[in-house]
Amino acid sequence: MIQLVTPEYLVTLQNNMRKLAEGVLRPISRKYDEAEHEYPKELDMFRNIKVMARPKKKKDGEKSSSGEEKKPKRGANLGMVATIEEMCWGDAALLLSFPNAGLGNAAIIAVANDEQFERFGNKWAAMAITEPGAGSDSGAITTTATRDGDFWVLNGEKIFVTCADRSEVVVVWATVDKKAGKSGIKSFVVEKGTPGFTLEHLEHKLGIRASDTGTFVLSDCRIPYNNILGDPEVKMSTEGFKGVMKTFDNTRPMVAAMATGIARAAVEFTKEQFEQKGYTFDYKKNTANISAVERELYMMEANVEAMRLLTWRAAWMADNGQFNNLEASMAKAKAGRYATLVTQRCCELLGPVGYSTHYLAEKWMRDSKIMDIFEGTGQIQHLIVARNVLEMSSKELK
Amino acid sequence: MVEEISFALSEEQQMMQDTVRQLVQATIADGIHQMDENRQLDKQAVQKFWELGIIQSMIPEEFGGYGMDSSPVLHTLVLEELAYGDMTFAIYAMLPAVFVLPIVHLGAKEQKELYLPEFCNATFVPATLAINELSVAFDVWNCATTAETKGDKYIINGSKCFVPLADESNFMIVVAQCEGNPELFIVTRDNSGIKVGEREKNCGWWALPTFEVTFENCIIPASHRLGDSTAITWLLQRTRTALSAIGTGISRASYEYAKKYAKERQQFGEPIASRQAIAFMIAEMAYEVDAMRLLSWKAASTIENNLDATRLSYLAKMYAGEMTMKITDYGVQILGGHGYIRDHPVERYYRNGRSIALCEGMAII
Repeated sequence: MIQLVTPEYLVTLQNNMRKLAEGVLRPISRKYDEAEHEYPKELDMFRNIKVMARPKKKKDGEKSSSGEEKKPKRGANLGMVATIEEMCWGDAALLLSFPNAGLGNAAIIAVANDEQFERFGNKWAAMAITEPGAGSDSGAITTTATRDGDFWVLNGEKIFVTCADRSEVVVVWATVDKKAGKSGIKSFVVEKGTPGFTLEHLEHKLGIRASDTGTFVLSDCRIPYNNILGDPEVKMSTEGFKGVMKTFDNTRPMVAAMATGIARAAVEFTKEQFEQKGYTFDYKKNTANISAVERELYMMEANVEAMRLLTWRAAWMADNGQFNNLEASMAKAKAGRYATLVTQRCCELLGPVGYSTHYLAEKWMRDSKIMDIFEGTGQIQHLIVARNVLEMSSKELK
Repeated sequence: MVEEISFALSEEQQMMQDTVRQLVQATIADGIHQMDENRQLDKQAVQKFWELGIIQSMIPEEFGGYGMDSSPVLHTLVLEELAYGDMTFAIYAMLPAVFVLPIVHLGAKEQKELYLPEFCNATFVPATLAINELSVAFDVWNCATTAETKGDKYIINGSKCFVPLADESNFMIVVAQCEGNPELFIVTRDNSGIKVGEREKNCGWWALPTFEVTFENCIIPASHRLGDSTAITWLLQRTRTALSAIGTGISRASYEYAKKYAKERQQFGEPIASRQAIAFMIAEMAYEVDAMRLLSWKAASTIENNLDATRLSYLAKMYAGEMTMKITDYGVQILGGHGYIRDHPVERYYRNGRSIALCEGMAII
């Protein structure tokens, strides 16, 4: 039965996370925007909190420990996107700086075997996919991994790696067989300090400055053979690659939740500022009888609701074991774009307050812009949605 | 207390959605263009919908109905399906609800006894709501129609527009200012103070007869006041959410038609859908239809849980108002010149879709 009122347990979670965001993230938000790349040591308090946990494996035929009736299903994805929204209401760049919660950690949790999990499970793991010549077209990466006895030898350049400096290990995408195309692409765990693995430089960015984005060069970098994640076999099908891309179905709603959090922060702040000037927002009069400011803020609020609902739907589907490739991209397409538009307009409505670094509005405008870019640009999301609904292949709709 | 969120339809909701979808297919899908041109919806289609018993089911058993709790979420699903067929079908077929539901929820015992049994009938019973007025930037809160207290009577004066089926409705609810607040009053057709004007000619809604209704010293007994000063807030939450559901239906129709057309229409040796300029518009239509629907579900779900939905219903209607225009515009644009010709339905969606943002109270959940 359709039930879209936020349940009690999620309200409690939201409240707790908002308090954390307000108490811990907001006070240091500006500080680490200015101290670009510096690790926010205040986040050490989260080091031992397992942000990402590995689900317990159940053996076949294993029954639940007791005969108790099952409690209603409480989805991990829904809880995750609700948490992320609150955290990014606090500060998105700081959320990206949370220890041991990199994209690489997500990959390790998803595909590492027990031996690998033993070695890397407790390490902060970044993810290196993008190359100077391979952005959205991640099937075109040129970094190579060549087998040499008990080792892999990696060569290539990786850019735009989040947590490049702070991470302890990096999950690197490389091809073991260029001729095999996408099926030749595998991921490898490379530990910091491995000879031939160099953090070349950190990027200076428009926003999310607290996050250390960097470039790695791999030059005859030798890593143990057992550092390959997943099946080393090259199968002449794109199933393996599709499997890797599928992890994005889970991360796209997370980015959409980040976008929603920032947009909501901007709208709330803008409303508060106008309320102080004597405006009231009572959701009564029709839209031809309200001021341009009211109208715009209402529409932005409606958009934030829409962003959240699309995001929650995608997460809810994942929690219920439903394939959500379309819905995940819908959420990201909408939320990524509208976070940018909403935060831009908030700055305009706020005037000089929206531009001064005494306030956070201008920072939110800069931070939100990345939401329409990373984890697949808005254009890629539109392409995925269009191919899905039009039932056209990537050849039919380029 | 809400235990868990769900985006899935229950069996009952699914069944109702399927039933109404099939009914739309069977009754108006093929003929709606001609009905629009002829300015008259097929009354048999309305009767078939009436026979589903959705409106009768809201009426308590003691007054002859089926005594089911009316479900705002279920009505939202119904309105979307009807409006997918045509906006006028949604307004027309569900119109008795704009009278029945306020009586069920806000009415005094005598009012229920007097009016509700009238609707437990085998044939469609027209009844209507007079809320809009033909004035610039009309707003319910500042409506010009007044209800003045005089002894144990009210005297209503003013003029309403967009009153559907006013000519054949024996019962209507009128929204009028009473001591500085818009309130609801029951007026019956036999009142000599009512004048139903000529049928209106509007930009859209061609298949729906709507009228201007004038009240000239229309005297009604004090007992015809419906609810108290909070009635209007109750009403607007439900009518605004209803309009957002109708907007979703129109938008989905435009989106699906344009999507199919874009795959079939060949230019430069390939379907126009294979161009990103078109494909991206279709992608945007797809997720905006979903966003609109989710907002109307959220508002409806909030009402269903007996929580205040003033804000959410307002935002749902506003969003649907804006997005229905955007999507129906895209619909015409994707068809290009053909979209401008009345042989294709997208021009009708465009005309009808324009109304969501500028009217109130055309339907209820």
